[in-house]
Amino acid sequence: MHRLDQILYYLRENPMLGAGGVLILFIVLFGTLGPLFVDTELARPLSTTSRLAPSWDHPFGTDDAGRDLLSVMVVGVPLTMRVGLLAGTVGLGVGIFLGFTSGYLGGTFDTIVRGVVDTLLTVPGLVVLISIASTIREEISVNIMAMVVASLAWMWPTRVIRAQVLTMRERAYVQMAKLNGMSTMEIIWKELFPNLLPYLAALFANAVNYAILASIGLEALGLGPQNDPTVGMTIYWAITFSALIRGMWWWWAIPILFIGLVFVGLLMIAAGLDELANPKQRKAV
Amino acid sequence: MAPLLEAQHVRKVYRGGDGLLREEASETVAVHEFTLAIDGETPSFTTIAGESGSGKTTIARLLLGMQPPTAGTVRYRGIDVGALDRGQMRAFRQDVQAIFQDPFEVYNPFYKIDHILTTPIQKFGLASTKAQAAEQIDEALRTVGLRPEETLGRYPHQLSGGQRQRITIARALLLKPKLIIADEPVSMVDASLRATILANLHKLYTDFGISFIYITHDLTTAYQVSDKIVILYHGTVAEAGGVEQVIKDPKHPYTRELIHSIPAPDPGNSWIEEEVEEKDVEVSDQATGGCRYAPRCAHAEARCEQMPPLYRLDDGRVASCVLYDKQEKLDGGDLTQIIGTTSNEE
Amino acid sequence: MSDSAREVLLDIQGLEVHFETRRGIARAVNDVDLQLYKGERFGLVGESGSGKTTMILALLHMIKTPGLIAGGRAIFDDGTDLLSLRGDEVRKNRLRRVAMVPQGAMNSLNPVMRIGDQISLTIREHGEEGTKQELAARVTQLLDRVELKPEVAMLYPHELSGGMKQRACIAQAISLGPQLILADEPTSALDVVVQRQIMQTLRELQLQLEATVLLVGHDMGLMAQFAERVGIMYGGKLVEVGSVTEVFRNPQHPYTQLLISSIPSFERRGIFKGIPGVGLSLLDPPSGCLFHPRCPQAMERCSRDEPGLTSLGTEGHVSCLLHEKEETHGTSA
Repeated sequence: MHRLDQILYYLRENPMLGAGGVLILFIVLFGTLGPLFVDTELARPLSTTSRLAPSWDHPFGTDDAGRDLLSVMVVGVPLTMRVGLLAGTVGLGVGIFLGFTSGYLGGTFDTIVRGVVDTLLTVPGLVVLISIASTIREEISVNIMAMVVASLAWMWPTRVIRAQVLTMRERAYVQMAKLNGMSTMEIIWKELFPNLLPYLAALFANAVNYAILASIGLEALGLGPQNDPTVGMTIYWAITFSALIRGMWWWWAIPILFIGLVFVGLLMIAAGLDELANPKQRKAV
Repeated sequence: MAPLLEAQHVRKVYRGGDGLLREEASETVAVHEFTLAIDGETPSFTTIAGESGSGKTTIARLLLGMQPPTAGTVRYRGIDVGALDRGQMRAFRQDVQAIFQDPFEVYNPFYKIDHILTTPIQKFGLASTKAQAAEQIDEALRTVGLRPEETLGRYPHQLSGGQRQRITIARALLLKPKLIIADEPVSMVDASLRATILANLHKLYTDFGISFIYITHDLTTAYQVSDKIVILYHGTVAEAGGVEQVIKDPKHPYTRELIHSIPAPDPGNSWIEEEVEEKDVEVSDQATGGCRYAPRCAHAEARCEQMPPLYRLDDGRVASCVLYDKQEKLDGGDLTQIIGTTSNEE
Repeated sequence: MSDSAREVLLDIQGLEVHFETRRGIARAVNDVDLQLYKGERFGLVGESGSGKTTMILALLHMIKTPGLIAGGRAIFDDGTDLLSLRGDEVRKNRLRRVAMVPQGAMNSLNPVMRIGDQISLTIREHGEEGTKQELAARVTQLLDRVELKPEVAMLYPHELSGGMKQRACIAQAISLGPQLILADEPTSALDVVVQRQIMQTLRELQLQLEATVLLVGHDMGLMAQFAERVGIMYGGKLVEVGSVTEVFRNPQHPYTQLLISSIPSFERRGIFKGIPGVGLSLLDPPSGCLFHPRCPQAMERCSRDEPGLTSLGTEGHVSCLLHEKEETHGTSA
């Protein structure tokens, strides 16, 4: 109970984390509980009257192909989140492995990893993603989308984690751990890793954020899964069918609103976690 | 039988600069040459004293195997510390333990302080059941004057510096080591607690027979607890011998200046009025080849351009100064003969 | 040290500094009364958390939130209450009346400015005019006072040794001729021999300038050798003030007695006397006398009543119920 009290107290002191958490929670609930209230079949084309402005029957309106946009969002938001989560997890996972080992062990391995990461980071990500996405012959599914985006998501975490490990390596409690007979792996996982948890969580939030934006970007360019009503694809269709000029504001505004909510929510979580991770920034306790 | 831990002609040099853009890379000689052996059988309490830059912390790290020497070897029971296999390393870590200066940094802030006590028990297999482990921890905490119920289960920031430092001593005790290397164990602790903690350490020596290498810059505390003392200056041994001799009747010019410069807690001494003999000169860390103290020494002369070896003085101590070059040299510069494990004190 | 009535330079009355935390208010400086005489060397001793550094920061208005000066006055000999100064007056006060050499001062020298330039900048920033030559001459004079050669003015901090840097900081501190110099552990990062040289310099210039030096620290040996009078702080309270000889040879407060006897020296070997008990928490202080839980001479009333100040003549006072008769006990202001 004490821990719970501490956590709740801390959330009061760290409004960013709290607000971000609430936003994302809302998004998640929207996607998971949505199907209970909304007919997801209406997300398919030709399921209802097209080009309707938002009304009581269709709160988010309908698009050119007769999709009910509320249903589209209910189906699409979870899909987009899934891309983000998958890519974020893979990216962070690889980043953790490479960052910790190269940072702690140093030597040739570190030099190689550092060289690769620093070089790849200079390449414009979008260009790489577009190249990869456009060379994939088969139908791009949501999962393949995630992997494409993940291919670039690991570099920044690797770099940043490595830097943290370099400073932590010389700490007195690491020396103490060595004197206590702990092996290198044990030191990494038991001594260094727990201290980085808030930091890693912030990195994860950022990685997910990046992945979502990258996937939406690719989709908006038409390189996404053509048959899934993801948020990005919705925007693609809205652009393709000139929704802007035709005054069908609901078609592009609503997806963008959701993107905005997700982005801001994750950003706030990351900022809030950053504050948790860096005691110097913490307000006096 | 091989001594428990020994440093044989150990030398540590740090290279600064890259040697690419400059003629030579710059070198800092942290430890010029150091030879000392600690016997595992008879307990001893030796101080290695020096100011900042003297090399005392470097020697501690070399002895603990935390850094490799540039030249010479550190041996645990005859085996090079850099070449120990897993079983030998375990035995080494059990026999030789350490206490560090900063009682906060040694704790991983993520864990409660219990972590620092349970880890060695687990890693070295000191207890077979949880109950046994708890008992050992309780006993160790009580030995250093702490109450388990007031210390266990807390986070490091919830305890005072003195308590944290005592817990690190309790931790060292759990392993029942033969030798504890204590690097400035009380310099970051409040004055009122220093005496208590030093008393703890001394008790471990007298009651439990644990040998100590006490690293410090504070000669008064060294005088309180140890039997033998080695005075370091910029990586070289200036003087070494029994603590009574060296402190009460210093022979090396540096030791003399050092002792006289310590303000005594007795008003009315002429500490502030007496002229300081030493010259206020900026000393570089570069190796100049001669006596390291010569630039500041009031007695410096031409002979000081050669690094003086350790000379044996009549009363058994050694000093590395040309003033005593009529005396016999210390064989191989091996301090073991001077420090010895015979704790015969006057 | 004159025997006749000495002039008071700074009269501190009832100084209170509080720190507001989530868990309550910590009285870091607790109702402190102290009179500093002109031209004296005063040592303020205490362990970590005793309030000694907080006190001198208060005099210079350098307390940062969540700390605040909660009460008291500090009357300078020209009648000004240092604690009531506001705005620009505060800055003018610094260095003119009161100067400080903080802990680790040598690390706060501007690394990209020559020493001479830093000192002349300080002088000019405090409103003093002067041509380049006049300022340069002044800088040379100041450096000479701290026994540094004039050439040092052209050097950068990284070209100086620790001792020389600290001397430069002292030169900067005295650049406007303050009457009170607050030195917070000025030599703690220096080697013992250098420490002695610096303290000798400090004493020399103190005598020349006829200034008062308040040395804050916890090295009792240093206090014994440098100070004429000492004050002992515990838990924010000034528990004893007296001449250095009296305090060391005949301490009146039980805490001082324990402190003195716990000092290691070259006189006795192997005797280890610490102070029993655990340090106090400012957020949850003991009732009555702050020291009573650890005091070997604690009486029953020590847990109820707070001791007032019992004067020990012109040299100082002690704050302990042992020195107060039942009926003359007064409540703290």
